[in-house]
Amino acid sequence: MSAAAPGATPSYYIPQPSHWPITGSIALLLMGSGAAFWFNQYPAGHWMVAVGFAVLLYMLFGWFGTVIGESQGRLYSKKVDLSFRWSMSWFIFSEVMFFAAFFGALFYIRNISVPDLGSLSSKLLWPNYAAQWPTEGPYLTAPFTPMGAIGIPLINTLLLLTSGVTLTIAHHALKAGNRGSLKLWLFLTILLGVTFLGFQAYEYYHLHHEYNLKLSTGVYGSTFYMLTGFHGVHVAVGATMLIVMFGRVLKGHFDAEHHFAFEAAAWYWHFVDVVWLLLFVLVYWMV
Amino acid sequence: MSSIPHDHAHDGHGHDDHAHHPTGIMRWVTTTNHKDIGTMYLLFSLGMFFVGGVLALTIRTELFQPGMQVVHPEFFNSLTTLHGLIMIFGAIMPAAVGFANWMIPMMIGAPDMAFARMNNWSFWLLPPAAIMLIGSFFVPGGAAAGGWTLYPPLSVQAGMGTDLTIFAIHIMGASSIMGSINIITTILNMRAPGMTLMKMPMFVWTWLITAYLLIAVMPVLAGAVTMLLTDRHFGTSFFNAAGGGDPVLFQHVFWFFGHPEVYIMILPSFGIVSEIIPTFARKPLFGYASMVYAVASIAILSFIVWAHHMFTVGLPAAGLLFFMYATMLIAVPTGVKVFNWLATMWRGSMTFETPMLFSVGFLFLFTMGGFTGLVLAITPVDIQLQDTYYVVAHFHYVLVAGSLFAFFAGAYYWLPKWTGTMYDETLGKWHFWAAMITFNITFFPMHFLGLAGMPRRIPDYAQQFTDWNMVATVGAFGFGISQLIFVWVLIKCMRGDGAKAPAKPWEGADTLEWTLPSPAPYHSFETPPVIK
Repeated sequence: MSAAAPGATPSYYIPQPSHWPITGSIALLLMGSGAAFWFNQYPAGHWMVAVGFAVLLYMLFGWFGTVIGESQGRLYSKKVDLSFRWSMSWFIFSEVMFFAAFFGALFYIRNISVPDLGSLSSKLLWPNYAAQWPTEGPYLTAPFTPMGAIGIPLINTLLLLTSGVTLTIAHHALKAGNRGSLKLWLFLTILLGVTFLGFQAYEYYHLHHEYNLKLSTGVYGSTFYMLTGFHGVHVAVGATMLIVMFGRVLKGHFDAEHHFAFEAAAWYWHFVDVVWLLLFVLVYWMV
Repeated sequence: MSSIPHDHAHDGHGHDDHAHHPTGIMRWVTTTNHKDIGTMYLLFSLGMFFVGGVLALTIRTELFQPGMQVVHPEFFNSLTTLHGLIMIFGAIMPAAVGFANWMIPMMIGAPDMAFARMNNWSFWLLPPAAIMLIGSFFVPGGAAAGGWTLYPPLSVQAGMGTDLTIFAIHIMGASSIMGSINIITTILNMRAPGMTLMKMPMFVWTWLITAYLLIAVMPVLAGAVTMLLTDRHFGTSFFNAAGGGDPVLFQHVFWFFGHPEVYIMILPSFGIVSEIIPTFARKPLFGYASMVYAVASIAILSFIVWAHHMFTVGLPAAGLLFFMYATMLIAVPTGVKVFNWLATMWRGSMTFETPMLFSVGFLFLFTMGGFTGLVLAITPVDIQLQDTYYVVAHFHYVLVAGSLFAFFAGAYYWLPKWTGTMYDETLGKWHFWAAMITFNITFFPMHFLGLAGMPRRIPDYAQQFTDWNMVATVGAFGFGISQLIFVWVLIKCMRGDGAKAPAKPWEGADTLEWTLPSPAPYHSFETPPVIK
């Protein structure tokens, strides 16, 4: 619909009826109920999750494809662009709060629950428990080695920090209309992100097989893997966004004025970067 | 609501987008229209209200007499758990979002919501979540039975019904976050020229702040239930002392979500009432700016009071004192609101149509619920009353007579705008008085039961509690039946059975939606109105 003169970019954009939302809902119904069946050892569960995930991917391709088409068709005005900016900011805020729940849990466990397990009253139950971080709790006793900050985590910190710089250079190249430089620096950013994920996977493998550090290694294992794992998933999502942006750059999308999708992906990437710095300090360094 | 003429906006404008609108069921499945989506939210919420109501009446049937009467204790636990989850996530929250969808674009002079397609997804995520919640009754082990708060260790030990609940909460959380981002963006970016923030209707203000709360706390709930899931199936020890964790950790994370959630459920109701009372008192809202600041203060305070739900878990004394005083502080902005509503009515030319009746009923009963909240905020008193029927009475006064009554008020207030037909005033008044009286018969005795020591969430009780339980059960059935009057009113309006509504049926109303014809056109404001 249009609130402006014919031919001008409308200030509002209201999309046509769409079947993508209901497709996504069916996908999540299959995935959610399928996972419940799967985790309780019912045979069809993992198939439901697999089918649901395939439907979800189909929906994401279709929906984002539609949005990209609309954007290329110049259907989005300045006002719509501002809406996108608000919404991406609030989405990132919601992600911040998701991580806050897990960082809060880490804080509580380190400062309250573990010291309490070493208190006088708990000595009645577990007289030999030292209650020092890192810990797998008073009851589990499989020896493990904690993960320090030097080594892969430090390399990964440098990788992510560098990727933030390369992405900013790519953004400046985009604004300056320098497409060759944009492609090079965006590609480098993706490469750094994927390398980060590779190192992270290697670190996990190493921890499982040599350090005997698992998700089930008490609260230390729980907080370590859940925090770094969710961060890793977010890096993967951010890298996927950047790969899509790279594909769009190759197809000639974006110009110096219209490139909010690129900026949104960049914001997300910087957010993931900041979460990593917190992880590096609070999970790896202060072990 | 098939009585709405959908092609209303055709006249004079080139609306080629109407040409390929699907019809029939697919119209509702694929719609990107804020009014269609608002209608679906409201009808879904009404449906869930009756599902949750049936669960509640089964609980009341079991509690009619002491001893085990109708259901097994395990099933009773599932009933209380799912009654809470369905009423909160299925009835109250979607109703509030339904009002937001219908009213915010009209009140700020926008054509629709900022993200119309995502708006559709926010709604259509709810039916899958409802299927999973209700379906969990039929899986082996039955539905989740650890209470709607899902406290470990019960929720860690329970069967797959709890997993379905966890995933349903994830999906409903995604729905709420998307809905809230949409609402915030709409309010911040789509207001008509000249409508500054401090000229917005109070309903829009309350939803702006509610949406902020939702975005801040729904991810925290997602984190809490995710930790529950990994504790259940993947060997983590977040809530397991043997592995170094702590069940109380769940309560902290849960109530960091849960207390703002309480205000998420009541703030939109405050907004609705703040629209209705000035209209029927024929005076502007008293202390508009202080109302805005009060809502904002309530929202901020809601983040630092969560542990008042946990006074009996063994917090240090400093913690008990802090959370007691912080909780009592909330009475200050809430009192500002109550006094402003009263001052709005003071010397107004009041009439008492159904929306006003429900609003005054809200004001009276919500304030009572607020007072019992103050009683419960006092730590030593709460230690006595924790998990008794006094708490049940308290939160039903604020959620049923608070949120729900305000939603009924809003429904009667805006039904003429939504359907183009005036509701039946006689039936509306019957609905109000029936609901008002039966509500109090149901929940007022629960104060006595709680003070006398009757615990909640238990299917049996000592004999001395019998009389008031019988009274409560009779009241509950009366309350349930009186809601059928509302369904009758609604059907009459939707069928166009009643007087035709003028654009502005309430002479005292002055918000923008009343400048549109009734029923409101498919797209609200094609050209933004200019606000002076």
